[in-house]
Amino acid sequence: MKKICLLAGAAVVMMTSCKKDDTPGYNTTINAPLSVEFDNIAGAADLELNTGTYTNAAGEDFTVTKLKYYVSNFVLTKTDGTVYTVPQDSCYFLIDESDEDTHEPVLSVPEGEYKTISFVLGVDSLRNTMDVSHRTGVLDPSGAGADMYWGWNSGYIFFKMEGLSAASSMGDYMYHIGGFGGYSSATINNIKKITLDLTTRGVPQVKSGKETNIHLMVDVLKMFNGSSNVSIAANSMVMFDPYSTTIADNYANMIRHDHTEN
Amino acid sequence: MIIPKINLRVPRYVIVIFIFLTGIIACKKALLDADFAGFSNPKHFPSPTYHFETNNITKEGFVLGRKLFYEKMLSANNTISCANCHIQSAAFSHNGHSVSHGIHDLLGTRNSPAIMNLAWSKTFMWDGGIFDLDLQPVAPITNRVEMDEHLENVLNKLSASPVYPVMFEKAFGSTEITSARLLKALSQFMLMCVSDKSKYDSVQLGTGAVFTMEENEGYLLFKQKCNSCHTEPLFTDNSFRNNGIPQTNINDSGRGKVTLQASDVYTFKVPSLRNLSFTVPYMHDGRFFTLEEVLDHYANHVQPTPNLDPLLQQGTNLGISLTTVQRQQIIAFLKTLDDHAFVRNPDLSEQ
Repeated sequence: MKKICLLAGAAVVMMTSCKKDDTPGYNTTINAPLSVEFDNIAGAADLELNTGTYTNAAGEDFTVTKLKYYVSNFVLTKTDGTVYTVPQDSCYFLIDESDEDTHEPVLSVPEGEYKTISFVLGVDSLRNTMDVSHRTGVLDPSGAGADMYWGWNSGYIFFKMEGLSAASSMGDYMYHIGGFGGYSSATINNIKKITLDLTTRGVPQVKSGKETNIHLMVDVLKMFNGSSNVSIAANSMVMFDPYSTTIADNYANMIRHDHTEN
Repeated sequence: MIIPKINLRVPRYVIVIFIFLTGIIACKKALLDADFAGFSNPKHFPSPTYHFETNNITKEGFVLGRKLFYEKMLSANNTISCANCHIQSAAFSHNGHSVSHGIHDLLGTRNSPAIMNLAWSKTFMWDGGIFDLDLQPVAPITNRVEMDEHLENVLNKLSASPVYPVMFEKAFGSTEITSARLLKALSQFMLMCVSDKSKYDSVQLGTGAVFTMEENEGYLLFKQKCNSCHTEPLFTDNSFRNNGIPQTNINDSGRGKVTLQASDVYTFKVPSLRNLSFTVPYMHDGRFFTLEEVLDHYANHVQPTPNLDPLLQQGTNLGISLTTVQRQQIIAFLKTLDDHAFVRNPDLSEQ
């Protein structure tokens, strides 16, 4: 009797899963966890706050004492072309190198196999202008967002990197990069949309009962080294400034897909 | 309630005075309760620009905002409140101070602007860097030379106080103190700082006041020579302009800092001309201490700096032609914009 029950049960489960899903093995009507790991590195080395010394293309040695950036507005595309946009309210994360708990945002996405992931490096313009009651969590100017918000020129700082360098006449450097394009008059827009192909380094197979992990490498050297190399000696302090667009253009290329843990 | 037994040996006039005083105090206290009608748009004003739909003004929210406005805990060492640089008798500006004077006796680089009629403002600060009144207080609270505090500390201090959690509950439904609630309460108070009871307003509304001959001459001149920027009835068009004042060592580029556009360099927000008698000194850096100096600037000293407003350059002539008599007439008119009821309104004072 027990055996019959089990067999019947298994048959029902199989039938159900076949019925509800176009891709065998996945139930696209339910969501499963997908974590996206932002692994900060400097070239070939792991990034070590305060202690690691790295050299940029301009030949300048530097350390990193602070590294923080926002990632938001995640959109995933399945191998069959279906696009899933993660609900915006649960889709703002602040990656802080000094806080390991922030390195691996967990998204909830429908089961399936995904070929691309895209997200905003920064905070979209709409959220930059939204009513203060919608600025919660990492966007709360009294909380995690306090260090990442310009009070004098309303808007979030998307990317913040600071450190020491003998190349700077001050002995240190600070890059606070933001600018969402302006509210009533146009200004710089450093919002960067990143799209990464996932097919060559491992397609994530998202399924309930496990946590799939997309492991991304974030190479801060690329903030300096790009189509236009950034020199600490020439630009040691860059905040809300036209030159910030050069830095943002560089760091838009700092993230790559390394591997997937299914 | 225990009714005190009145000692009959107390002279009757003392009792009469006592009752009379009690009556006055009660009246004053009751003023808000009886009359609080929320925000009302003066008949001769345009529609406000503030988003009341996301911050409905209630008596409790206003009372909380008022207490917060006068609250020194908003600063790092609990010494500076908003009201330090925004004094009611000065139409909520910092009269006598060229530039704002903040924590640890530090000085800013700009004149503390008047807080009045902000419901009609589209941007805030001399450079318009802030586009929502709800976000405005973040700037002075966190500015190193103003209050030098973190919002998180402010929320912690308020939460630990014996009075604030209850006031937040009354205003917002629970004792939780968040940045959004703090900022919305402050907005509620600032939005109620409406200046619409000057002699000019009474003349416009036909409620009794009449301009003198000199004021009327000044009004006609004003409409001809000033109104295109300082537009009635708010006396600002909310635009940013370079009025040709000479640059100082600070070389403040004004709105240029906010937009990074060359065409905005040296432009500043056109300030309202209401309550000028109370908001001395004038200009973004408080360089002029009299209205005579201001008009002398427009008449004789406008400089051809980059982005000088086209209205201040007619052909080869810079500035606005104004005779001495005309200047006196304009000043006479400008004084009709003083709103004595506003700067003395007990509902807006520290309680």
